Amino acid sequence: MSTPQPPMPQAAAPNWQAAPGPSYGGYTSPIPVVRTHLGHALASEWTKIKSVRSTIWTLGVFMVLVVGIGLLAAVVVSNSSSEMNGENPLSLGFFGLLLGSMCIITLGVLTTASEYGTGMIRTTMTACPSRSRVLAAKSIVFFLVAFVVTLVASGFIAFVDASLLENNGAKDPSAGEWLKGTVGVSLYIALLGLLSLIVGSIIRHSAGAITVMIGAVLAPLVIALFMFSQSLEDVRQALFEYSIPNQLSVFYSNSLTESGPSGWDPLWIIVGVTAVAFAGAVALLEQRDV
Amino acid sequence: MIEAVGLTKRYGDKTAVYNLSFQVRPGAVTGFLGPNGSGKSTTMRMILGLDNPTSGQVTIGGFPYRKLPNAPRQVGALLDAKAVHGGRSARSHLLSLAQLSGIPARRVDEVLGVVGLQDVARKRSKGFSLGMGQRLGIAAALLGDPQVLLFDEPVNGLDPEGILWVRNLMKALAAEGRTVFVSSHLMSEMALTADHLIVIGRGQLLSDMSVRDFISANSADFARVRTPDTEPQLREKLTSALTEAGGHVLPEQDGGLRVTGLPLPRISDIAHDTDVRLWELSPHQASLEEAYMRMTQGAVDYRSTTDQKAGLMQQLPPGAQPPMPVPGQGQPGWYAPPSPQQGGQPFAMGQPPANPYGAPNPYGAPAAPGAAMPGPYGPPAPMAPHAPSQPPQGPAQDAPAVPAPDAAPAAPAPAQPAAASPAADLTKPEDAR
Repeated sequence: MSTPQPPMPQAAAPNWQAAPGPSYGGYTSPIPVVRTHLGHALASEWTKIKSVRSTIWTLGVFMVLVVGIGLLAAVVVSNSSSEMNGENPLSLGFFGLLLGSMCIITLGVLTTASEYGTGMIRTTMTACPSRSRVLAAKSIVFFLVAFVVTLVASGFIAFVDASLLENNGAKDPSAGEWLKGTVGVSLYIALLGLLSLIVGSIIRHSAGAITVMIGAVLAPLVIALFMFSQSLEDVRQALFEYSIPNQLSVFYSNSLTESGPSGWDPLWIIVGVTAVAFAGAVALLEQRDV
Repeated sequence: MIEAVGLTKRYGDKTAVYNLSFQVRPGAVTGFLGPNGSGKSTTMRMILGLDNPTSGQVTIGGFPYRKLPNAPRQVGALLDAKAVHGGRSARSHLLSLAQLSGIPARRVDEVLGVVGLQDVARKRSKGFSLGMGQRLGIAAALLGDPQVLLFDEPVNGLDPEGILWVRNLMKALAAEGRTVFVSSHLMSEMALTADHLIVIGRGQLLSDMSVRDFISANSADFARVRTPDTEPQLREKLTSALTEAGGHVLPEQDGGLRVTGLPLPRISDIAHDTDVRLWELSPHQASLEEAYMRMTQGAVDYRSTTDQKAGLMQQLPPGAQPPMPVPGQGQPGWYAPPSPQQGGQPFAMGQPPANPYGAPNPYGAPAAPGAAMPGPYGPPAPMAPHAPSQPPQGPAQDAPAVPAPDAAPAAPAPAQPAAASPAADLTKPEDAR
């Protein structure tokens, strides 16, 4: 069998004496000890997220849904009639993104909850006792991945839709509409995924957390649909306006209602919710047993 | 150096670990023993800062784990070999851990070579066998080249070659001045590997001493006496003489006698006085397993019972014999507590060892109704019907008349690992290099 301790070529001991760490006799490793920081955790989480198949699968399905449905909608509209009546052509990307958000939610939940499901979290937390650093690194890596992927998908479909529907009476989107229809929705979807990641960290169970998040996306809208009583009209209105699908459609300026969130409001709302959830998750993480 | 002070952990109203204080010193392999559910894994998780103690604290080199600067470079741990994401390759798994603690990536390939997984480094760990998973876990523990190592059941699922490797690895790591803390249920393995033992039962410390002291304190050392096989009457004669002199005599399977309560010279004198020749008179130390069983029998939470199949069996045809219970079912009631004069009994026995189904148990005093318990092996009376059934000459193993259940607990073999361990210590490490 191999020797337990192979000779280390880099054993020149350049700076380990200067490195932090208690010296209490016994064995001293020849490998230099470095002070770890968030950058190390980011590199580690990047390795993790790119080395599992669920990432490829969920993001692949997301791309197919967003691009496929967006193209389909654009082709149908451009072939059937020429009535866009000056509407925003980017709004046809909405349907794909709404369905695709389920993939981002799933990936977000799996990023944290799968570690609890497999027991990997104990290995991770042993390797990095600073639990909030791990959660922060996961959040940053996942958010960037989700944002970039959504931006590519939504940007691509926005350009395709805009060029396909140019001759169908659709209006030429303004720069602000372009920004909201690509960067805006991408930020929103990535934050929705980040919220899922945080919920996954709080619930620590993949199926449970995915159910909670999909319920949060769909339930308000569905409940509001069946709220016929006159006295509940205000509640119904609020549920409609603040349901996640409606907030998403605000980025395309075709909200269900005239009141409610408008402009960039949905982004600020989800930033606030995610920040609160993150603080709660960190508090729980520090307190609970792994 | 790991130091626990008054460590207590409660889950709801269940106390997993209670007031545990111990030290694990560098330069030695410290074994961590205890029955299932006795709190070993909980203690290990608290050492690693995964679980917060309800009270008390545990430090490594003076720091709680979560306050250690770059903890994975100070402490390496194998907690649960399956604590990996099955969809990730062995190399990616280790690489992510290396990056987390700022270890150069080429160290990953080194440890993969150390544990012998270099050929499957890019395979997903989902397809790994138990032993391969264990090797991956050991690789993760070695990754940071730490000076404190914790292993929870490291030889689980390993092949004999792997067990030998782990045994030598532990010793080599300790010889380099590291602190090695290993939990295991394999007593024979611990007897060969560990220098020091910490034993817990029901979350409390039962013992904290060296392996040698542990065995001496928790087992009745005995003398083996063999009279000439050709003259069985000498055996009877010596037995009665020794019993008169205050010793406890147990017949062994192969015709020898197990004598406790008398020093060796005294046995020799008695034999001389009664005109009995001796073929063997030798001191014996019990095995670590026996010592461990003695110590923990009162703290075992999960105890097997005989499978009775009550009410499920068909009516036996008249004249048919009910089947004999197969040896091995139920807990052996053989490890009676040492007699008071033996001393070294830190743990009060909660309950007498139960052997309700009366498996043939020649040495078990608790099984004998109404028998007082004067010595570790019980009074000679219950064995009286058994002893004559042994053939007077020749090794008893040849005789079909001897019921098989005797063989398991009473075999003299368990004494061997302990006796052999000092020799093994000297010879084995060279194999690893």
